[in-house]
Amino acid sequence: MWKWITKYASPMHFYLLANRLTPWFGWSAAVLFAVGLYGAFFYAPADYQQGESFRIIYIHVPSAWMSMFVYMVMAGAGAAGLIWKTKVSDAVARSCAPLGASFTFLALATGSLWGKPMWGTWWVWDARLTSELILLFLYLGYIALQSAIDDRRTAARAGAILALVGVVNIPIIHYSVIWWNTLHQGPTISKLDSPSIHIDMLIPLLVMAIAFNLYFAAMVLIRARMEIVEQEKNSKWVQELIVDKVSV
Amino acid sequence: MTRVRILNLFSTILFRDLLLGVRNQSELVNPLIFFIMVITMFPLSIGPEQSALMQISPAIVWVAAVLASNLTIDGIFRSDYEDGSLEQMILSPHSGFTLVMAKILAHWLLAGVPLIIMVLMAGPFLYLPDYALQTLFYTLLLGTPVLSLIGAIAGGLTMGVRSSGMLQALLILPLIMPLLIFSVSAVNNAMKGLPVTGELYFLAAILVLALTLAPIAVFSALKIRLSE
Repeated sequence: MWKWITKYASPMHFYLLANRLTPWFGWSAAVLFAVGLYGAFFYAPADYQQGESFRIIYIHVPSAWMSMFVYMVMAGAGAAGLIWKTKVSDAVARSCAPLGASFTFLALATGSLWGKPMWGTWWVWDARLTSELILLFLYLGYIALQSAIDDRRTAARAGAILALVGVVNIPIIHYSVIWWNTLHQGPTISKLDSPSIHIDMLIPLLVMAIAFNLYFAAMVLIRARMEIVEQEKNSKWVQELIVDKVSV
Repeated sequence: MTRVRILNLFSTILFRDLLLGVRNQSELVNPLIFFIMVITMFPLSIGPEQSALMQISPAIVWVAAVLASNLTIDGIFRSDYEDGSLEQMILSPHSGFTLVMAKILAHWLLAGVPLIIMVLMAGPFLYLPDYALQTLFYTLLLGTPVLSLIGAIAGGLTMGVRSSGMLQALLILPLIMPLLIFSVSAVNNAMKGLPVTGELYFLAAILVLALTLAPIAVFSALKIRLSE
């Protein structure tokens, strides 16, 4: 296991592995998106209270889950980069930020669209909405820091510290905001023993969640590959790669 | 290292920073003037009615304090970074934790404490009752050190970067929102005559957490930025 990890900590091997894995993740994401969306629109019954408009849950909830998961991946990769000083983890951490910010924005935007018919307003200063908004600010701060520091290595390591500080802070922000105000409906899925969602509604949601994860994996690999090629542009294997691409 | 040497290092850096701060008077006074000006803008824009002002005055004071402390945080490492003395301090064999703590304490004494005194003087202008003002004082006493500690992380990460002041604000503000929530709700409760110990305990807990972890983050941030 350790040997395997150290092998793929080398930018070249990681690049080649990522190159091979991307289509698998990408296509399985596409298939699951198709299945999940079909299930979301035709298989799941309409909600007894919210009618058809509840169907936005199939985008809203997976993107909200992803917004938090991606931050954890970003901070984890950043920590790995700080500890083992691996270039690959720096590239992964940097690639996570725009994706995470997009998922967070998507969760906020779909939530807003859902809020209008249900709560009668585009936005409420509710605990979960507010902590999601603050999460978006954390992502934007990370991206701003990345673009302000010219040196890639330094930018990645400085970003890792910021992400770790954010990880310590996220629970505090989350609970302080809950304490401050809440209106959002309680979680429907996390009560695993007796979820308060019907099984026919739950299955498409889980399919969509897996599809989101696979999509994220494919995108993060593509972005990390670009990061690595840019970072290693003076190394021999990248030069050979470019020559190969050009001659083909 | 013996305890005496650590204390020695701590006090040397603390007094050096305090001396530099006191000699540079405009940097000391300008944030306070800014603070008063921000506070003045609210009665002008909301209207001078006592009841309306009283209701939002804790929020005004806290937001103004956060903005003012954001202005001062830029200076915490900047001049030492530019003239190279920060690099020498980091390279020295002394404990980085002590070094960073001394610099942060100096910043709090120069920026946080004058701000607290200013708030006590500004309280009557905002029609805060005595008990609420007292609570506001406690929240600031517990909260402004956290502003310095978290600000120092952002200051360390962004030193030497173009338009670092703006960037620092973007990094700091999301992290200190819990502080704002607990402080303002404590003062609001005080105005209603409700107990405020819960919020003050939360603020104290945040302070202890920041005191324990922030210096480590600041020191690693400094090392990373100086290794460029």
